[in-house]
Amino acid sequence: MIQADLNIIMPEIILSLFAIGALLGAVYTSKDKMGPMLVWATAGVFLALALWIGVNGQGTNPAFGGMFVDDAFSRFAKVAILLSSAAVLVMSQEYMQRKGLLRFEYPVLVALSVVGMMVMVSAGDLMTLYMGLELQSLALYVVASLRRDSARSTEAGLKYFVLGALSSGLLLYGASLTYGFAGTTLFSGIIQTATEGHTSIGLLFGLVFIIAGLAFKVSAVPFHMWTPDVYEGSPTPVTAFFATAPKIAAMALFARVLHDAFGSAVSDWSQIIALLSVVSMFLGAFAAIGQTNIKRLMAFSSIAHMGYALMGLAAGTVLGVQAMLVYMAIYVTMNIGTFAFILSMQKDGQAVTDIGSLNQYAKREPGKALAMLILLFSMAGVPPMVGFFGKFYVLRAAYDAGLAWLAIAGVIASVIGAYYYLRIVFYMYFGEVPDETLDKSHSPVLWGFLMASAAIMVLGLVNLFGIEGAAAAAAATLVN
Amino acid sequence: MDDIAREYLPIIIFLAVAIGLGLVLILAAIVLAVRNPDPEKVSAYECGFNAFDDARMKFDVRFYLVSILFIIFDLEIAFLFPWAVAFKDISMVGFWSMMVFLAVLTAGFAYEWKKGALEWE
Repeated sequence: MIQADLNIIMPEIILSLFAIGALLGAVYTSKDKMGPMLVWATAGVFLALALWIGVNGQGTNPAFGGMFVDDAFSRFAKVAILLSSAAVLVMSQEYMQRKGLLRFEYPVLVALSVVGMMVMVSAGDLMTLYMGLELQSLALYVVASLRRDSARSTEAGLKYFVLGALSSGLLLYGASLTYGFAGTTLFSGIIQTATEGHTSIGLLFGLVFIIAGLAFKVSAVPFHMWTPDVYEGSPTPVTAFFATAPKIAAMALFARVLHDAFGSAVSDWSQIIALLSVVSMFLGAFAAIGQTNIKRLMAFSSIAHMGYALMGLAAGTVLGVQAMLVYMAIYVTMNIGTFAFILSMQKDGQAVTDIGSLNQYAKREPGKALAMLILLFSMAGVPPMVGFFGKFYVLRAAYDAGLAWLAIAGVIASVIGAYYYLRIVFYMYFGEVPDETLDKSHSPVLWGFLMASAAIMVLGLVNLFGIEGAAAAAAATLVN
Repeated sequence: MDDIAREYLPIIIFLAVAIGLGLVLILAAIVLAVRNPDPEKVSAYECGFNAFDDARMKFDVRFYLVSILFIIFDLEIAFLFPWAVAFKDISMVGFWSMMVFLAVLTAGFAYEWKKGALEWE
C-alpha cells in the first residue's frame, strides 16, 4: 500500500533527495566552487526526470488516498516545468558566474522549488496544494534576493515575500471556508458538494478567495502589482526562471482546482476567470507601452500572456484546458529564447536592460536580430509564427464556450500589445544611430537557446511538435 | 442564507465588540485627554539625561538568524509532542514519517552549522 504510494511520487522523492544531497555535499566540500558543476548536474537530473515521467507515465494513479494524483495532466505540466527549468539553469550559469552570484545554493533552491511545483500540479487535496505552493514560493523568495548587496534585489525579494505571504493568507482563508462548507479537503469530496446552481454561499466565498490567492501566483490583474518590481529587481536569470516554470505550475494548479474541485460549478467561476483574463490582457498591453526597461516590459508582457491563458480556463471546457496548456508551452518556449537574448545584452561587462541600447542592432548582429524579430512577432501573435496559433487556440475555445465578447476583447488587446513588441523591432532595424553600442556576445549557450527558440517558432507551425495531442490527452483526463 | 448568518452570529458579535472597544480606547485619548505639548514634553525621556541616539538602530542580522533557527526547532518540538503521545497507536508509517522529517531537519542543521550561521564571532 505505502509502497505503491511511494512509487507514484518517486520523481519528487528523487529530486528532493538530490537537492538535500547536493546541499550537504557542496557545503562539506568546496562550497561555491561546486556551483557551475551543480548547475549542470541539476539540469541533468531535471532532464532525466522529464524523460522518465514523459516515457514511463501511464494512466491515472492516485496516491495517499487521493491527496496526490499522477495523471496525464500532471505529467504534461511536470515535463514542461522540468524542461523549462533545465533550460533556464543552463542559460544562467555563465551570467551568474560572471556576476559572482553563482553560489551553490542557487541550483539547490531551484531544484527545491521545482519539487514544490511538481507537488502543486499533482495536488488532489487542499493541503497538498498549499504544501506544494509554499515549497515553491519560499525557494523563489530567496532566489529573488540572491544579489544580497543590491538594494533592488533585496527589495524584490522582500516585496515578493510580503505579497506572496498575503496571497497565501487569502488562499488559506479560502481553503478553510471550503473545508468548513464542504466538510473535506479532498478535491473529489468538494466536487460533490459544489453542484451547479446549488453551491452554498460559504463555498462560493471559499472559491473566490482561492481564486484570488492563485491569481496572485499567476500575476493576473488586479493581483499583479508585485510582478514588474520583482522582475526588474531580481538577477536576470532568476527573472527568466520566474517567467517560465512557476507560471506553468500556477496555471496548471489553477486548472486543477477549478476542474477537479469545482468542476461541477463551472458557471460560478467562469465569470471570475473571464474578468481576470480581460483586465490582465488590457493592463498588460497598455502598461507595457511606456516601459523602457526590457525586464519590466517582459513583466507586463507576461501579465498579458497570463490573461490569454486564463481565457482558455474561462471557457471551462476540455478544449479550453487544452488551449491553455498549448498556450503555456508556447509562451514558455518564447520566453526562454527572449531571456537568452536579454542575458546576452551587455556593455563593458555590465548588463544592460534599456531597450534604447538596441538601436541599429540589426546592422551589427543580423542573425540574432532576426531571431529576436521572430520571437517578438510570435509574442505579438503575428500569423505565421507559432505564437499566433497559441492565441488562436484560446480564442477559439472562448468563442466555442459562448464567450464571444471575451474573444473579441482578446483580439483588441493583442493588437494594442503588438505595438510595444514591434517597437523593439523598429529600434533594432530602423532606430537612430546610438551613442554607445552593446558588446558582441560570445556565449554559444545563449546563442543556441535564442536560435533554437526562434527556430521552433517557425518550424513548429507544421504540427506544433505534437504537443497538441499530449495537451488534448491531458485536458481530457482533467475535465470529465 | 439565514442559517449561515445565525451560525456566524457569535463571531459577528465578537468582531463588533472588539472593533467598538478598540475605537473607544483610541477616541477616548483624543476626546478626553488634555493636550498641551511643549518641546520638553514631547522629547524622549531617558531616565533624567539626554537621549544618546535614535531609537531606530541597526540590529545585527545574527539576532534574526538565531530567532529563525529557534522557531524551526520550536516547531519541531511542537510536532514531536503529539507524535510521542500517540506513539503506541501509530503505525510504522507514522514512525518512519517522523524519522524522515527529523532527517531533513538534521540536514538543514548540518548545512547551517557548516555554513557558519551558529558562530557568533
